[in-house]
Amino acid sequence: MTFKYIPGIPLVHPVVDRCNRGFWESINNHVLSIQRCQTCGLRLHPPRPMCPRCLATNMGWEPSPGRGVVHTWVNFVYDRAGYPGIKCPYAVATVELDEGVRILSNIVEMDPADVYIGMPVEAVFTDVNKELTLVHFKKRDK
Amino acid sequence: MDFLKDKAAIVGMGIYKFSKDSDLTETDMACRSIRSALDDAGLTPDGIDGIIVYAEEDYDDIDITRAMGIGNMTYYGDVRWDGGASCSMVLRAAMAVASGSANYIVVVKSVNDASLKRVKKDWGELRSWPAAQETFYNPYGLTSDDGRIGMNVRRYIHEHNINSDSFGWVTQVLRENGAKNPNSMFYEKPVSHKDYLESKIKVEPFRELDYSCPVDGSIAFIVATAEKAKRLKRRPAYIMAGAQSMVKGTQFKTSYYKSSITDLHATEIVAKTLFEKSGVTHKDIDMLQIEDEFAPLVPMQLESLGFCERGKGVDFIEGGDRISVSGELPVNTSGGSIGEGNLHGMNHIAEAVNQLRETSTSQVKDVEKILVATGVFGPTSGLILRR
Repeated sequence: MTFKYIPGIPLVHPVVDRCNRGFWESINNHVLSIQRCQTCGLRLHPPRPMCPRCLATNMGWEPSPGRGVVHTWVNFVYDRAGYPGIKCPYAVATVELDEGVRILSNIVEMDPADVYIGMPVEAVFTDVNKELTLVHFKKRDK
Repeated sequence: MDFLKDKAAIVGMGIYKFSKDSDLTETDMACRSIRSALDDAGLTPDGIDGIIVYAEEDYDDIDITRAMGIGNMTYYGDVRWDGGASCSMVLRAAMAVASGSANYIVVVKSVNDASLKRVKKDWGELRSWPAAQETFYNPYGLTSDDGRIGMNVRRYIHEHNINSDSFGWVTQVLRENGAKNPNSMFYEKPVSHKDYLESKIKVEPFRELDYSCPVDGSIAFIVATAEKAKRLKRRPAYIMAGAQSMVKGTQFKTSYYKSSITDLHATEIVAKTLFEKSGVTHKDIDMLQIEDEFAPLVPMQLESLGFCERGKGVDFIEGGDRISVSGELPVNTSGGSIGEGNLHGMNHIAEAVNQLRETSTSQVKDVEKILVATGVFGPTSGLILRR
């Protein structure tokens, strides 16, 4: 019952643009990076072209240890409710990272029915195919 | 006094019937619903000088006006974001007629949601939403509203220690209302709370009977000044107030980054604006027509609109009596998006007009003021309409 892609079904690839390129390039190198305003220090996800706190445009990237907890989650149970490229059931979670930003991803390496709010997780990297690497999260010991 | 209060009214309404397969283009259905609305108001295409359409479907204002021979337009525009658009379009029409930009404005939305099955299109070409939205959700399989809104609802259940069985009372009441409505997809097909409990989980935390029903169909309204409204044939639905809200950090149904993802902040602001501008209080509101894409949104909005305390929405709906047609605060008397069919909030406005005209299939006696609120977890809009 763990997370699985269904072979042969094309996946939606990320739309990489100038604003989010740093995130995806970092993921390709198996590092989770979070955008940070170089003027006031505000961390942001998803990436934006401008800092909403100080309106600076010199946004940079900072590696994240990728540790956090599940803030909320959903479980795609029913096989026609979900995305055709991923085997149901699968979990999508909002993870709150230790540095205070939230990020969406799948919870892997466990039965999605056992995910819970507050569950400690850590980032893992999945090379889905030659062109696509994604960051996922798995349960970690406290 | 607010500039716009009671200055404009909905004077005509046309519905092109809801179905699972219209076999028509959205433009075609839009024209048919406008034709009905003109007929309803006693107007001809020559009288129309403004149009407001929903921005994201496969039709344009120029195609509609050309098809219907509508000319001499002095006002046009479009609005986005599903329920966040519906009440907004009526508000915008009210502002335009009150300011003299146009005299009779058509507001229309047309959808082929049921037959088009947009979500089944080639996933590689799914490009209708902003890039940020696609890029940080779709690759993880978060591609549909049940998943998107399920995130917020799961957290709401957790924070308030709710037994999700209670949401079934919403479905029972709305399907009861829909069962009496011949335009409903569920005419003469009520379901019980027990049916709700037995319906299967699709995307946890949602059961199948939490879902609204996608439809093909179209709804059009005609808006004019209160003065002109008095000379037309139907009883006007006066617009006491309209409101829009787009709050900090808004994404379309994926605003997961604010400190709280369970308070409907935009809905709270819409309610505050509506009450301030109309000068009425909660006690004056005879019924609600509110967003019900999923059943739990009803108790959540009862809280955010200020009809009960935070976390007490589920107590309010328990047993269903208080929100039923004979209850203290009837909700979605046509069945709403769950019990009738989901036309993104246009159906809620239409039912408010029917109630004020005393032509509803679940008519409540002596209805004077109705609050309509559509859209959640994104841009949100609302109206207070009166007789």
